[in-house]
Amino acid sequence: MGRFVLRRLWDGGLTLVALVTLTFFVMRLAPGGPFSKNRKISPEVLENIQKSFHLDEPLWQQFGRYVWGLVHLDLGPSTRFRDYDVGAIIASGLPYSLTIGFWAIVVAALVGIALGIAGALRRNSATDYLAGTVGVVGIAVPIFVIGPLMQVIFSLKLGWFPVGGMDGGWRSLVLPVLVLSLPNIAYISRLTRTSMIETLRENHVRTARAKGIGARRVLVGHVLKGALLPVIAYLGPAAAAVITGSILIETIFAVPGIGRHFVDAALNRDYPLVMGITLLYGGLVILFNIATDIVRGWLDPRVRHGG
Amino acid sequence: MAADQSLSTLQLQFRRFRANRLAMASVWVLGAVVVLCFLGPYAFPFTGEDADFDFIAAPALLEWPHLFGTDDFGRDLLVRVLEGGQVSLTIGFLGALTAGVIGVLYGAVAGYAGGRTDSLMMRTVEILYGFPYVILVILLSLLFGGGTVALFAAIVFTLWLTPAVIVRAQAQSLARREFVEAARAGGMTARQIVLTHIVPNCVSVVIVYGSLLVPEVILSESFLSFLGIGIKEPQASWGNLIQTGTAAMDTDLRLLLLPGGMLAVVLLCLNFIADGLRDAFDPNDR
Repeated sequence: MGRFVLRRLWDGGLTLVALVTLTFFVMRLAPGGPFSKNRKISPEVLENIQKSFHLDEPLWQQFGRYVWGLVHLDLGPSTRFRDYDVGAIIASGLPYSLTIGFWAIVVAALVGIALGIAGALRRNSATDYLAGTVGVVGIAVPIFVIGPLMQVIFSLKLGWFPVGGMDGGWRSLVLPVLVLSLPNIAYISRLTRTSMIETLRENHVRTARAKGIGARRVLVGHVLKGALLPVIAYLGPAAAAVITGSILIETIFAVPGIGRHFVDAALNRDYPLVMGITLLYGGLVILFNIATDIVRGWLDPRVRHGG
Repeated sequence: MAADQSLSTLQLQFRRFRANRLAMASVWVLGAVVVLCFLGPYAFPFTGEDADFDFIAAPALLEWPHLFGTDDFGRDLLVRVLEGGQVSLTIGFLGALTAGVIGVLYGAVAGYAGGRTDSLMMRTVEILYGFPYVILVILLSLLFGGGTVALFAAIVFTLWLTPAVIVRAQAQSLARREFVEAARAGGMTARQIVLTHIVPNCVSVVIVYGSLLVPEVILSESFLSFLGIGIKEPQASWGNLIQTGTAAMDTDLRLLLLPGGMLAVVLLCLNFIADGLRDAFDPNDR
């Protein structure tokens, strides 16, 4: 198990290094620069500005400087928000993004698993069809269509929740979390249902029933552990999907989180901010994948010994 | 049942697919949407970029010529949605095809070659897999300079990984089979074996996963255009039409509902078709 964890961590580290390198050079090679959109400024001034951000140095030297900064936990200054460094910008946006992301995963896991179990236990019942419909809609209708529709219905027409922003306490969280969790509710409920149905047919479940164990204990003690394995395996990709979605959600609901910062930074060629957020997102996705693998390896010996 | 015995596996699988009503209905609906998007605009005496100053922000009255009204610039909404559909559908199918072909060839070579080549190639795929997908697409589309081609390249570059992994597993087991060994003994080169024996034997897996790629590509395209990174005004795409629609949603929902509805219908159909293909080709999977 120790070797398994170490190997996954090493792989994750490699991925992160590749991501940082690729992002750095892709960003620099993309046409345009952080100051190319500004009003006409004299070449001397532009040169001085670029010099102050070390943009006049050769690429490999800038890369070395960036990596050197990373080693010292310094993400550098933002080229767009003067006098702010990237660390401070991320620190101000991260709480919003994390809160929404955390609740979205919790809601998706709870609702998705519950719908999946209910559907599998009473196949072709009303609950099963409801779960199936949620599954189809959640997968096929993109969140940038559902999000605005929810805003129209629940904010503009009914007035239950604020349209956007984060000033309304828990009320501001409801719509973003709901919309962000919907695609994952869909995937998780489908996964749970399929794997529940498969597990219910297994011999050990039949044996448990034959021995006269009550339905509830069979479900909790014998079915769920096996049936939830694929669901746990999906939580890594789910975290990635939440990050993807958070970029959209923060745009739709005007949340001052890091997802929207990322898009703006990429469009404005704010190199250090793009790098910082990429590093954070990449790190999160990789950590989630490793955590998922470890939990799977712990639950299922085939994973930790196989390839 | 004598006739049935002469059917190939592929024919049997397509027969099974045709028996799936939901999937077949989706094929027809999708076909109708495609025809509508590519031929529909010719029925109107203007294009989606022509402004009609007599009808600025006209409502959806189902009256000729502006059936679903116009936007703030007097451009016909329906025609714009259909033209946007051309872009989205083209990118969707071409993108899935390109990503599929790259992934299949890469996977087939890695799986057939085995050994160090294989582990190096799959190692690369694994590292790319760890990347946050959206971030990669956004950065790449910036690198290629924005616009349709850049968007296309960025999406293809990020989506060929899944087919590569799937085909590689298939190719690995095929490479050990007797007929491949016979081909090698008969003097076929590695390239010939990969192209004539490995790739054709991966067809059914590729069809199933390729069909899942199409909605993924369409979703990526509209998602990026929605964020203002992909296809930009005045060219229409479902993503940027939805974006315009959200800006006006408190006064006029149709700007959001028409492109959003079209996108949802197409994605629904594609998902049902993919489900149907999976059931037909791989009945043990469920």
